[in-house]
Amino acid sequence: MNFDFTDDQRSIKSTAKEFLAARYKPEKLRELAEAGEYDDAIWNEMRELGWAGIFIDEEHEGQGLGTVELVILMEEMGYALAPSPFFSNAAAGLLIQHAGSEEQKRKWLPGIASGEQPAALGEIRNGSAPLVPDAGDAAVIVLFDCDTAKVVERSAAEVEKVDTIDSTRKFASVSADGGEALEGDVQGGLDRVATALSAELTGVAQRTMEMAVDYAKERKQFDRPVGAYQAVSHRCAQMLMEVESARALTYFAAYAADSEPDELSLAASTAKAYASDAGWRVSASSLQVHGGIGFTWEHDLHFFLKRAKTDGHLFGTARQHRDRVAELSMARVGAPA
Amino acid sequence: MDLTLSADEEAFRDELRTWLEENHPGEEPKGDEEEAFAFRREWQTKLHEGGWAGVSWPKEYGGRGASLIEQAIYSAEMVRSRAPSPANVLGLAMGGPTVIGHGTEEQKERFIQPILSGEEIWCQGFSEPESGSDLASLKTKAVKDNGDWVVTGQKVWTTFAHHSKWCMLVARTDPDVPKHKGLTYFLMDMEQDAVQVRPLRQITGQAEFNELFLEEARIPDENVIGGVGNGWMVAITTLMNERSGLAFGAMAQVRRDLNDLIELAREHGVDEDPVTRQRIAQLHMEVEALRINAYRGLTAIMKTGQPGPEGSLGKWAWSDINQSLTEASTEIRGPEAPIIDEAWTYRFLRARANSIEGGTTEILKNIIAERVLGLPKLR
Repeated sequence: MNFDFTDDQRSIKSTAKEFLAARYKPEKLRELAEAGEYDDAIWNEMRELGWAGIFIDEEHEGQGLGTVELVILMEEMGYALAPSPFFSNAAAGLLIQHAGSEEQKRKWLPGIASGEQPAALGEIRNGSAPLVPDAGDAAVIVLFDCDTAKVVERSAAEVEKVDTIDSTRKFASVSADGGEALEGDVQGGLDRVATALSAELTGVAQRTMEMAVDYAKERKQFDRPVGAYQAVSHRCAQMLMEVESARALTYFAAYAADSEPDELSLAASTAKAYASDAGWRVSASSLQVHGGIGFTWEHDLHFFLKRAKTDGHLFGTARQHRDRVAELSMARVGAPA
Repeated sequence: MDLTLSADEEAFRDELRTWLEENHPGEEPKGDEEEAFAFRREWQTKLHEGGWAGVSWPKEYGGRGASLIEQAIYSAEMVRSRAPSPANVLGLAMGGPTVIGHGTEEQKERFIQPILSGEEIWCQGFSEPESGSDLASLKTKAVKDNGDWVVTGQKVWTTFAHHSKWCMLVARTDPDVPKHKGLTYFLMDMEQDAVQVRPLRQITGQAEFNELFLEEARIPDENVIGGVGNGWMVAITTLMNERSGLAFGAMAQVRRDLNDLIELAREHGVDEDPVTRQRIAQLHMEVEALRINAYRGLTAIMKTGQPGPEGSLGKWAWSDINQSLTEASTEIRGPEAPIIDEAWTYRFLRARANSIEGGTTEILKNIIAERVLGLPKLR
């Protein structure tokens, strides 16, 4: 029994943290967020590090690691609020890896693993996908509707840019009639996508909690740091509770994906429901600790807050995932009447 | 990451399961308190004879020398099988480990064995009417007289005082030094006229706790634990044992109670109601977070000897969950909720104490803010 990362996993985490902190300094992040752009040079460096294909099998030119390693990267991406196509490409890759035929995997995974032919994933609602991250620059798009999914080439899809509150990620709406069906384990892919997003939400929450704590130590009112007042310090303690719980549930879902697949569906929805709420609540609570300055465009906090809100609604809201948690967890208790 | 049990751990669990199947005493009798306590005492004798009392204690003191994981398995299995608590809960969880950690050889010789067998029941005299969260401000005083200590004062929330032979008592032996430094930890014989026990009735109607009135009670000098003036340090060990010893049991208990809640929802025909389902899902998420954080804490203790920051969150999380879970039972029972029900009324009223006993949620938040997040102290 051991619930901790291996030395290799720990080194992936520290490399990612250092790399992302050096590349996405506050000025850089703001510049990209205000322009609604990514930095191709940084994305190319990530590709060279092998991140794009971290979980993809070696036979399809990936690193052959697992969901745990993907989650480690995603948490750091959230912490850095990295504007990049990393998540979208990985999300589509997860679907093809778990639901694609051998032929489909051979066709698409190498381009996803290298990031040369980046992919994107979208959820169809009433016939088309209204909110697909990074569809605009993708070579291939995976679209799913409940537990069915298909792959369409970018050229065969109608893609239109969508403006969202989260300017650190690009979104588009997609509609496409044709495409090749993915006939394997769509749900297994989606559960891993939800787990990856939970990790990103955990990273965002961790960062906004740290911002609140740092500010509460510095900012003085009535001659004391505001963090000395229990109304503020207990708010920060609550943030830690939610961040550590989101992290625990996310790591467990990743562990289940790699080692206890029967637990994955319940664990993934548990993580995504919790992290969606925690991401929003912690970043909103951090804004409150910051007071007026936290409401200004000039402060970086709002970029995090908006990513948290957007992630919370992407690929299943907290409410939808709770519905699924209820269904799966209640089925385990006794026999339904 | 690996949450599977080793072959040895599985063998430990299977041995315990088999033993429990053969020796489970059934449900604790309800109603008569004396009868219930006698039942628990008998259960402890059985546990002791089977080698299942004091599992965390070192073998040389009659324990089983169980690893942290085995202790976790033990707590989980006890809850799962709905086994009653042993009579000497506080002696096993706190008294024994404190004597083993801080006692002299003579003290270990004298006190350890009867704790395990349940022959001598222990209680804890820490809190006072004026000293709750600010425990170190306690006023009960002990004065040296002819080789004995003479103790006068009042204690409160003393579980099982009326059944106890020994009390883990913290008293002020030096009023002239800073408050944490003037305290001493004693083992006080409860069987003397100078010790008066008065039951304290709680909101559930039961009297699990007592008030203790000490009017020149006598304690021989050889019953000081850990040296005069070191009472605070020894008391902290006792409290740490309380938190870690009870953590895995508490975690297993909320999981079992959530299962009961799901059955309750079915009985009341609200298991398809979307609001109820959202609430059950939320509880499942929080119970899972508590469980996994306990594993993370366990891993941290095994690696570094120290619980990580998530360790301090457990007791707080557990009390929130148990309150929310038992409140959900009243929502499910609807208009029937105020009617006294054997399964749920006690649970939902008793849960109100969870955020007070063993460190209030407010104090735990202070600890987290100051020691984990490094926020400044107000004081």
